[in-house]
Amino acid sequence: MPRPFSPKVLTANALLEGDVVYMTADGAWTRHHAEAELIEDEATAELRLLDAEARGHEVVGAYLADATPGPHGPEPVHFREAFRTRGPSNYHHGKQERA
Amino acid sequence: MYRYSEFDEAFVRNRVAQFRAQVARRIDGSLTEDEFKPLRLMNGLYLQLHAYMLRVAIPYGTLNGAQMRQLAMIADRWDKGYGHFTTRQNIQFNWPALRDVPDMLDALADVGMHAIQTSGNTIRNVTADHFAGAAEDEVMDPRPVAELIRQWSTDHPEFQFLPRKFKVAVTGSPMDRAVTAAHDIGLRLVAKETGVGVKVLVGGGLGRTPMIGKVLKSFVPLPDLLPYLEAVVAVYNLLGRRDNKYKARIKITVHETGIEEIRRLVEEEFAARKPLFKGADQRMLAEITAQFAAPAFNAEGSGDYETWRQADAVFRAFTDTNVARHRHPDYAILTVSLKAHGATPGDATSDQMRVLAELAERYAHDELRISHEQNVILPHLPKRHLKAVHEALSAAGLAVANVGLASDIIACPGMDYCALATARSIPVAQELATRFEAMRIEHEIGPLKIKISGCINACGHHHVGHIGILGLDRAGVESYQITLGGDGGPDAVIGERTGPGFAYDQIVPAIERILLAYLDLREGPGETFLDAYRRVGLGPFKSALYEDGEARADAA
Repeated sequence: MPRPFSPKVLTANALLEGDVVYMTADGAWTRHHAEAELIEDEATAELRLLDAEARGHEVVGAYLADATPGPHGPEPVHFREAFRTRGPSNYHHGKQERA
Repeated sequence: MYRYSEFDEAFVRNRVAQFRAQVARRIDGSLTEDEFKPLRLMNGLYLQLHAYMLRVAIPYGTLNGAQMRQLAMIADRWDKGYGHFTTRQNIQFNWPALRDVPDMLDALADVGMHAIQTSGNTIRNVTADHFAGAAEDEVMDPRPVAELIRQWSTDHPEFQFLPRKFKVAVTGSPMDRAVTAAHDIGLRLVAKETGVGVKVLVGGGLGRTPMIGKVLKSFVPLPDLLPYLEAVVAVYNLLGRRDNKYKARIKITVHETGIEEIRRLVEEEFAARKPLFKGADQRMLAEITAQFAAPAFNAEGSGDYETWRQADAVFRAFTDTNVARHRHPDYAILTVSLKAHGATPGDATSDQMRVLAELAERYAHDELRISHEQNVILPHLPKRHLKAVHEALSAAGLAVANVGLASDIIACPGMDYCALATARSIPVAQELATRFEAMRIEHEIGPLKIKISGCINACGHHHVGHIGILGLDRAGVESYQITLGGDGGPDAVIGERTGPGFAYDQIVPAIERILLAYLDLREGPGETFLDAYRRVGLGPFKSALYEDGEARADAA
């Protein structure tokens, strides 16, 4: 039996700044994980990935990352993705600086 | 110090101009990322976790005040006001925007620096002993050889697409402060009655499959060095595996082919190549060597250095740990620690960089070094200026007296920056150093090298740390493995794993248990951690880590 699909967000790095972006439900890029579209099925996930890969003039290295629903929107599952929503732990730089 | 020739200058400027056009074409959509990526990597530009990262070479770790000031300017103008010095004598800027990178590279070219071949499957920045030219114990300054290799390997048409990256380190001292045994090629300068030559080690490397380099040839006369190196890299270029990234480094080629067969092939290749070198390389080496002539050491005695040492305990502690013997009796080699307790190992703010530049220019023959241990060195500092330098460093937060001690930790950027990392390393280093400071035990412990990597690629050299820490992702949780007994010196040794890893919040107490166990079992303050480990082995440390850990925690 195929494994059940675990929900995902589509994420990448912005071409110009290099910072982390997520795809929203209307296909725009957001800097905030909670504003990302939580993709619940595999077919949509594949479509979103193809769409992102076709937008190589906007973003680099698009991939699907596990996420889970939260009170304010999708939340990361893995610690790596949690770090990507904030920035490094040694300085108040990156996203946490602008939050 | 080496000054760029017209050729160097034109080459670097051309490369910047090419890259400027490539960036513009990437931004306007003419180049895809697949097309652009190899081009940006050739110029040291990575895309990391939160941003781009520009890795700038500091060849053989040497730079002058003007270069350090320019790094500070770049940090302020295009980054976030600091830079990170790495274990390969590079500096990394963690926050550049893609559009700005060509300007950053031009600013580097203004002071004779570049980011060429700091990435990709090429011969990388050639590293050397950070005490080169100043050390009392060296056969010859290794930097002219390193510079010759830099020039030879830069844009070498045969070696732009090697099976994998290729790292070369050179030492002129039997103490081997350049970890030559952990490089693809390690070069150790040795003197014979017939002249200086090179002991060539091959196939060392850390990473997934750590190996200590093997002696390929115990003496290559200097005039044969470039054709010999070319033969080694050519043999690797043909034999090295391109089917599997994890088996592509020369250490695997040597392991699978056997050192005797490699030696035979290299000799064959050398015989064919040697006649093609008609002496231009030796003329260049002579010219380069002249540029590395030692400054005129004239310190006019050591002033009131000893008096200050007696009078000021803080100054005495600082000089006890951070000063090494210089070849001239009135001079010191001063290591400036970038490891303030709780700070990020290897980071310097732009203000600190300017202070270091100023001190080098004013007191120390305008020379600075970056060590693979992520510190900055004033290699030629007259002892009579040490007191003034110490005061200036104190004001800049740079007078930490911990060089070679437990808190002088090497740490890779780890998952705070690196896209390849599997766990964080910087905060582990920060918390360890903070803990040692709170316990006030590092001077009692004495010489100790702790090295932390945030993934199996081992940029933090954990395999050769007396205590090595490797951060891994175990089922979605950060987990830290400990190795003990590693050594990056002349008789390099890979450390042994203690057993199961520790969670992020358990790794600091685990290291603390190892250190308390050491203080318990050592034969006296004269027996270093490494000596004690070699005497007693893993056993007592394993017990301290895994058996009585809970009991100790309860008792505390």
